Amino acid sequence: MNRQRITWLVIGLIFVAMLVARATTGQGIGRVYVKREQIALAQVALAGAAATSAQAVQPLPVGAGVKSEISNSANNAFIPADNQAWESVPLAKATRAWVEWNQVPPKEYFVAQATDPTQTQIVLSWPRTIGLWLAAFFTLAIFSFLYADNIFYKFAEATVIGVSAGYWMVIGFWDTLIPKLFGALTPEYVMQLVQPTLQPTPMSQKISMWFALILGVMMLWRLAPRGGWIAAWPLAFIVGVTAGLKIVSHVESDLMAQTVASMKPVVQLVPAVAGGTDWYASIWATLANALVLVGVICTLVYFLFSVQHKGVVGATARVGVWYLMITFGAAFGFTVMGRIALLAARFEFLFDDWLWLIDPNHLRS
Amino acid sequence: MNLLKVLDAIDRRWVFLWMGLAVAVPILWIGLTGRTFPETPTPAARAVYEAIDSLPTGSLVLFAFDYDPASSGELQPMSTSLLRQCAAKGHRIVCIALWPLGGNLAQETITNVIREDYPNMREGVDFVNLGYQAGNEGVMKVALTDFIKAFPVDSRGQAASKIEMLRGVKRVSDFPLLINVSAGYPGNKEWIQYVITSSEGKMKMVAGCTGVQAPQMYPYYPAQLAGLLGAIKGAAEYESLVNQSIGGIAPPKYLEAQRRMAPQLFGHLLMVLLIIVGNIIFFANKRGDLR
Repeated sequence: MNRQRITWLVIGLIFVAMLVARATTGQGIGRVYVKREQIALAQVALAGAAATSAQAVQPLPVGAGVKSEISNSANNAFIPADNQAWESVPLAKATRAWVEWNQVPPKEYFVAQATDPTQTQIVLSWPRTIGLWLAAFFTLAIFSFLYADNIFYKFAEATVIGVSAGYWMVIGFWDTLIPKLFGALTPEYVMQLVQPTLQPTPMSQKISMWFALILGVMMLWRLAPRGGWIAAWPLAFIVGVTAGLKIVSHVESDLMAQTVASMKPVVQLVPAVAGGTDWYASIWATLANALVLVGVICTLVYFLFSVQHKGVVGATARVGVWYLMITFGAAFGFTVMGRIALLAARFEFLFDDWLWLIDPNHLRS
Repeated sequence: MNLLKVLDAIDRRWVFLWMGLAVAVPILWIGLTGRTFPETPTPAARAVYEAIDSLPTGSLVLFAFDYDPASSGELQPMSTSLLRQCAAKGHRIVCIALWPLGGNLAQETITNVIREDYPNMREGVDFVNLGYQAGNEGVMKVALTDFIKAFPVDSRGQAASKIEMLRGVKRVSDFPLLINVSAGYPGNKEWIQYVITSSEGKMKMVAGCTGVQAPQMYPYYPAQLAGLLGAIKGAAEYESLVNQSIGGIAPPKYLEAQRRMAPQLFGHLLMVLLIIVGNIIFFANKRGDLR
């Protein structure tokens, strides 16, 4: 057994021992509890002036089941079946009921168990608990790469790639192809079969969607054994439209607006709250404006490659280089901040949700 | 010199371990004691607060959740505080997303903030989640001329045209304020390029972004962005401002960004130390002192 394997074994054994110790002391570790919630809705007919859904649902008392504030037409609404405020409305044609299992903080389970050990309203959710442990496993598997490449990391990496690819495919199908393409071309079938909430599409959009469908088919022609050149046409269309959109917006919002924003008076007098001039703030504002002016000019000179960087131009360009370096430094600092924030979030997940070592949100006590 | 020689040849895994400890120990310490570091808001964070606060009560606010769980460690605390300030001020909030999972994160934030702490707010009247729409800048372009066409249904499947709070909203510039929390494309930059510039001053925008994006976004402040929350530091500053303004003891869920500043401090101190030591070793190597 080589040194690396021995190290892995030692780390693994220490980790398992700590996990067992943690699991058998105090409140234990990593469990998710859910609460049973019965939803019962009655379908009511809305009369006359109150027929618009928004007006009709307004009288609902606070917390009376916001999920129910849905109307399926101008004359019908679903309301909580036991809602007293709706006694005046012509009553229920039908009732729909289902059970929801909503996640609750573990302390609710502890209290419920202490009050009544036989209660079944709040129970341990095995699927969600397994999900929590899987999340912890994958987090540690990814972290393990910091020591060395290993099978756990490879497994986690392959899972992420596979899940991401599948997820994006599903998103593309259900959020783009179905509502935007097929929903526009054959709204009746889409509403009947898969998406009853689809909104009707105007004729002009239908025509443009036929055009989109043809371009899509041309794009997929790349996979055909012959005529791959056909795929170049939709690509050309995409490049052209994107360039057109981007050029206009970049010129307007970046080039023009940023140029205007840079053209500020160097000396700035900041008015004081009590009247007169706030000299302290004015000096800082003037200094900031002067730094912007020097920075813009010097950095632009650095990118002026038609003139040799010697003498005054060279010195100015050198100041420009300093500005660029400071910018890159700030960017690096921000990147470090971002990465540490993400690392901290993962550690919080491990210590709080999984190991129950800390409880910053008072979910267990 | 012996210490420098040791550090020159050190296995990089020790650096990973030190960084792990620099981040993990403060998290455990804060988790056990509940104490956070004080924050002094910068003008950019204060401007975000003032942009929301200066709107008359009941104003329509458009809130775009353009990020996903991969960045929520950095961005979720600022979304929570932004939604909290809007709800506390009594604004009517319209949530949208141009990232597929943004709609779910909007729903989660609504549950954590509005449903738990502002139960008087009614869905469809005081707030609504219009969910995700595919199409990136295309959706923004459509929203410029017809907002309801860009977001035709809410997350419950109800037609947007039937939602009471959206009556009178024809185009996106009918919202006086856009709040955008973004982790990349499409996000802050695209909203500025396609919507804010086109609105010709009718609509203000405040933004929250990840650390990686922040240096690219600061040039837009204050001309095109009314305020900016750069990464977790901006979130912590803004969070402390909102907590101060609402008063009382802030529930722990509204201290998330401030809790994450102690790991930042120690992580950055270690990073600065490593850069200094790395430079000393570099110059010592150059002079041949370590041979």
